Amino acid sequence: MTANRYRCRLHQAAHERRLEMHPLTWWLRDDGERVGLDEYVAKDGYAVVRQVLGYQRPDEVIETLKAANIRGRGGGGFSAGVKWGLTLKGEDMPRGYLVCNADEMEPGTFKDRLLLEQAPHLLLEGMILGGYANDSCFGYIFLRGEYVTAARAITRAIEEARAAGWLGRDIAGSGFDFDIALHTGAGRYICGEETALINSLEGQRANPRAKPPFPGQSGAWGKPTVVNNVETLCNVPAVLRFGAEWYQGLSGERSGDGGTKLYGVSGKAHRTGLWELPIGTTAGELLDRAGGMRDGRSLKAWLPGGGSTGFLLPEHLDLALDFDTIGKTGSRLGTGLITLVADDQSMVALVRNLEKFFARESCGWCTPCRDGLPWTVKLLRALERGEGRPGDIELLEELAEDQGPGKTFCAHAPGAAMPLASAIEYFRDEFERGIARPGKDDVVPDGPLSTSEA
Amino acid sequence: MATIQVDGRSYEVDGKDNLLQACLTLGFDLPYFCWHPALGSVGACRQCAVKQYRDADDTQGALVMACMVPAADGSRISIEDEQAREFRASVIEWLMVHHPHDCPVCEEGGHCHLQDMTVMTGHSRRRYRFRKRTHRNQYLGPFIAHEMNRCITCYRCVRFYRDYAGGEDLGAFGANDNVYFGRHREGVLENEFSGNLTEVCPTGVFTDRTHSERYTRKWDLQFAPSVCHQCSVGCNISPGERYGDIRRIENRYHGEVNRFFLCDRGRFGYGYVNRDDRPRRPEWHGETEETVTLDVDEALDRGADALREARRVIGIGSPRASLESNDQLRELVGQANFSTGIAEREQVCLTRMRRLNRDAGLPTPTLRDVESHDAILVLGEDLIQSAARLGLSVRQAVLARRERLAEARGIPAWNAEAVMTLAQDARHPLFVAYPTATGLDDVADRCLRQAPDDIARLGFAVAHAIDVKAPAVEGIDESTKATAEHIAETLLAAKRPLVISGGSLESTAIIEASGNIARALATRGRRGGLMLVRREANSTGVELLGSRPLEWALDELTRGAADAVVVLENDLHQRLPSGRVERALSAARTVIVLDHQRTSIWERADLGLPAASFAEGDGTLVSLEGRAQRFFQVFEPRYHRPETRIHQGWRWLQALRASLKRRAVPDVTLDAVTRDCARHHPALAGIVEASPSADQRVSGLKLARQPHRYSGRTAMRAHLDVSEPRPPQDPDTPFTFSMEGYYGFDRPRREVPFAWAPGWNSPQAWNKFTDEVGGHLRGGDPGVRLLEPTEDIGDYVNEIPPPFTSGVGEWQVVVLPRLFGGEETSSRATPIMARAAAVRLHLSEEDARRLEAEEGDTLVVETSLTRLSLPLRVDTTLPSGLVGVPAGLEAALVTGDRAWLSLAPEGEEEPP
Repeated sequence: MTANRYRCRLHQAAHERRLEMHPLTWWLRDDGERVGLDEYVAKDGYAVVRQVLGYQRPDEVIETLKAANIRGRGGGGFSAGVKWGLTLKGEDMPRGYLVCNADEMEPGTFKDRLLLEQAPHLLLEGMILGGYANDSCFGYIFLRGEYVTAARAITRAIEEARAAGWLGRDIAGSGFDFDIALHTGAGRYICGEETALINSLEGQRANPRAKPPFPGQSGAWGKPTVVNNVETLCNVPAVLRFGAEWYQGLSGERSGDGGTKLYGVSGKAHRTGLWELPIGTTAGELLDRAGGMRDGRSLKAWLPGGGSTGFLLPEHLDLALDFDTIGKTGSRLGTGLITLVADDQSMVALVRNLEKFFARESCGWCTPCRDGLPWTVKLLRALERGEGRPGDIELLEELAEDQGPGKTFCAHAPGAAMPLASAIEYFRDEFERGIARPGKDDVVPDGPLSTSEA
Repeated sequence: MATIQVDGRSYEVDGKDNLLQACLTLGFDLPYFCWHPALGSVGACRQCAVKQYRDADDTQGALVMACMVPAADGSRISIEDEQAREFRASVIEWLMVHHPHDCPVCEEGGHCHLQDMTVMTGHSRRRYRFRKRTHRNQYLGPFIAHEMNRCITCYRCVRFYRDYAGGEDLGAFGANDNVYFGRHREGVLENEFSGNLTEVCPTGVFTDRTHSERYTRKWDLQFAPSVCHQCSVGCNISPGERYGDIRRIENRYHGEVNRFFLCDRGRFGYGYVNRDDRPRRPEWHGETEETVTLDVDEALDRGADALREARRVIGIGSPRASLESNDQLRELVGQANFSTGIAEREQVCLTRMRRLNRDAGLPTPTLRDVESHDAILVLGEDLIQSAARLGLSVRQAVLARRERLAEARGIPAWNAEAVMTLAQDARHPLFVAYPTATGLDDVADRCLRQAPDDIARLGFAVAHAIDVKAPAVEGIDESTKATAEHIAETLLAAKRPLVISGGSLESTAIIEASGNIARALATRGRRGGLMLVRREANSTGVELLGSRPLEWALDELTRGAADAVVVLENDLHQRLPSGRVERALSAARTVIVLDHQRTSIWERADLGLPAASFAEGDGTLVSLEGRAQRFFQVFEPRYHRPETRIHQGWRWLQALRASLKRRAVPDVTLDAVTRDCARHHPALAGIVEASPSADQRVSGLKLARQPHRYSGRTAMRAHLDVSEPRPPQDPDTPFTFSMEGYYGFDRPRREVPFAWAPGWNSPQAWNKFTDEVGGHLRGGDPGVRLLEPTEDIGDYVNEIPPPFTSGVGEWQVVVLPRLFGGEETSSRATPIMARAAAVRLHLSEEDARRLEAEEGDTLVVETSLTRLSLPLRVDTTLPSGLVGVPAGLEAALVTGDRAWLSLAPEGEEEPP
């Protein structure tokens, strides 16, 4: 088992998992190998396709999805059913596309990878159902280019499914035609933004598009397009098999949201990895499952779901990890894979590292993101080196404020601003320590004289 | 209409606009970068942020980008809101992070949108203290200079170049704060409209290289409202002068013609005005004497004496000279002795075109109106080469289908990227029939590469397919018939079909075919248009003078029926074979030439009178649209070069006439000669109204040619004279050669020398002069249209040529117009010469094979009149049996001529 494989390891053994409780990971093998077509079908895979196609109308499928309220697992949290319902379809509308967003590049996030590498048929089944519900003519899986193992698994799965008639013309005798192609990305974080993803898929610069119109109105090649995350789509077969009520019930009293969530832990934990748990599980429980902090460190802060979410404190560990609860703290659930920060880690360095990533991954379309983020990085680096100047922290706050939602073209810069603003809010003293304290005779130059450079 | 509230006050706006358009139309100063009236909104720069409130109870509001929000009825916004103001200042601060602040040495300085917006937002202190990102610049050819460090990444350049103008060799490269706008590697920008980058770019990344060598700030240039003389489209321009030279040409907004954009020939082809070898004083080339330069009176005396001695004087006019000059020449020699100076084959086409403009039942659209036609057939024109700006409008018409589709799905036309996404490559149908590939093929439905006669046959077949009463084409083959029927159906299905043809191939059959199509469409009740392309700036106007062609004039001289000739601004060698021209001139005892160029005719004239170019003179031109437009003198040449004796052609001719009659030379004015011309020619009666007369005043003032910040007036002549003379007076126009006079934007006026409004120094200032952004000048768009169709539709013409067949061992010549190098005056401008492609003979692959010739081999082309050797270009689009010859090379080669080709013997490899 490679080191890479280890990082996205699921810490629940096969015997601990039940289909009714673990609709995503029940299919997985203990040895971590890909579940092939035969094994998948033997476990009753693709049964839902047979059960739904031709027996339920697309709008009935969408109604079930709406009732189940699968909230977008890529981090947006938007109801997949509602999204499908808003996607234009009908007599006078050209058939569009269903796109699976598998461009998993959020810092600290490795959940989709598990499903892609080990249960590709589950994704294909979800996509066939999604394609049917949305009257899509074709499906694309936009995969992060570095996910080489996943690319192999999906390619193989598509071949198997096509050979077995699960893809192609007249699927399962239903009269529904649908096929899927794999597209491997060239390595831009912004391709995770659904409209930038579509542009990239079309072969254009990976710049996000203005919304409205939303992809459901005019997406890939101008056709109605649904973009869903891997985990979202992998929930679809079970929802259609067991119903919306069952799905809603999975989380019990923990959360208003339904279903399970592939949670994960990274950072200075004793044991990093993944767990499929009912949505609304607390971060505290995740920390326990991860065996607490590593090497006797203590927890200073944590990110609830990737680099573009705001920092939370140990006092927030008891909160349910769901979209609304975490949203109320000013942060976001994001992908739900928490990143733990130990007390001996520098927040300034950590945030600088994150912001450097976001600055580099800016597509360069809108001004606050393109020119604001690199400035943020340079200010943070100055603070990190003890070369900060009075006013730098206020300037950082101003920059974070100006990168807020609505001010930028897409959610990239607001995502970048979240960890920065929250880190300054909770750990201002660490930032202040980066400001050079000039002696009495030193005059801090006002002009652009310093050569300190990023 | 919609009512919106801006900072508490209600306004009526066009609800189809976005909030930024609405605010600018209302006159608010709201800063922006990535939005452009012709390019729409993309929401990239975030500069136009305003606060929007949901309703009267919403006190919080939220920032929105005005360019991306519809100006919906009931919208409530605040421009002045503190948060919005601060955010807009921040945006400028970010844009300026990497900007070099090199305004003092930047050629955009003084007409820079970035400067204007920076001042507007109040960003004045720099807080960024780190190192700036820098770029390497590229060589982009003779027209455009590149300085990427100034870039603020608004994406306008690529959006204009690629999305609007169809260029492919300028792109955005890289990402994050390292986006690079340039070519994939250094080299000449290929698109014919690249010059617009200098105005589309809001800062100094793309600047006018032709201006660079002798650079002057906009505020130090003297401008006049002028009209481009480089083709027949009639684009409005603002030439800028300093020290007696034209330094640059700026676009002058005309709501119905060029609007925001010019072609590169028009923008960069002015260099002939500044040539050192220009005749600036009258010259006498006697047979025995050396060349003597004369003063005005002496020249007039000698000229008058020579003409007095002549038995009969022929006057040869010019389609590149003003109506007034041509008319004054006609007055001098008399109607019976006046020729248009246009070769017969061209003039026949011009006459046919003029008649069709009147009796083909369809009106000629303006360029703006061209853009609202939804099916276009182009017969026998490569518009990008022969009338480039019209070609750009045709491109927009074809692309406009995207907006129609988007509107049907609730996506507003201004939402540029969304419109393109939705519609993908949907286009309005465009059919182009031309012997070889054209500049619009990339957006055409069908490109039909045919010989001129076959193009005409196709056209006649289309007319017949639209209306069976139109004559049928005998012996038409099935595939042509099917094509014609498809085109006919498409034109009939369109709401507004447009037929474009012209004289480029000098085929009356093609022109009449387009006329038949127009008549057929009109008969079937279609609201379409007919656009006929002429060659030169005043071809349409001079044809309206109704005189005989050049051949007649030459024949009169050759056969001795006349013994003196006055040639007006016309290098006859460019029009007819040199031998024929020479025989005629040799037969004449007296040759008087008026021109602003030292042409071959000038060199052999007895008397040369230095005429004004468009820069030193005024006059009226009639464009292909039939629009009479006045161009005005930009500067007085004697102010900086006191020795010069340059005058308008009409002024010389008026004076010559007076001298001839031994009268005192009268004080003639432009208005008087314009009125004369209108009186003499009923068809031109309207030209008096083409512009305000010299007595126009705004707020009691004449209009200033110079910006109010014009500097150096007291010093710029100090090397000539320590005392500053009174500025030259201008009896001909309402403009002053001074900064004194009205220059504002708030009082509507038609003729605007330069656009400036407080806070708006860049070309974006035009938005202050229009009734709505991208609309019409508030004072009315300049010019008056002369050629409207009459009620009566003429009869169908039945002049269908037989199909083209290539003879064995012989070819048919096709002269191919060239934007760069194919026009008489601009070809004398250095940057145009540098930009012109090497001249080649075009031959089909099959024919090249038959001659056993390969690309680059020298071929000899022989006709009954001339012999020429040129390198071969194998043209995979040209039909076999044709040989394409670039225009402007040899007047003896005429479309339709028979030619014989052979490989040049070893050693005979003349460089072109």
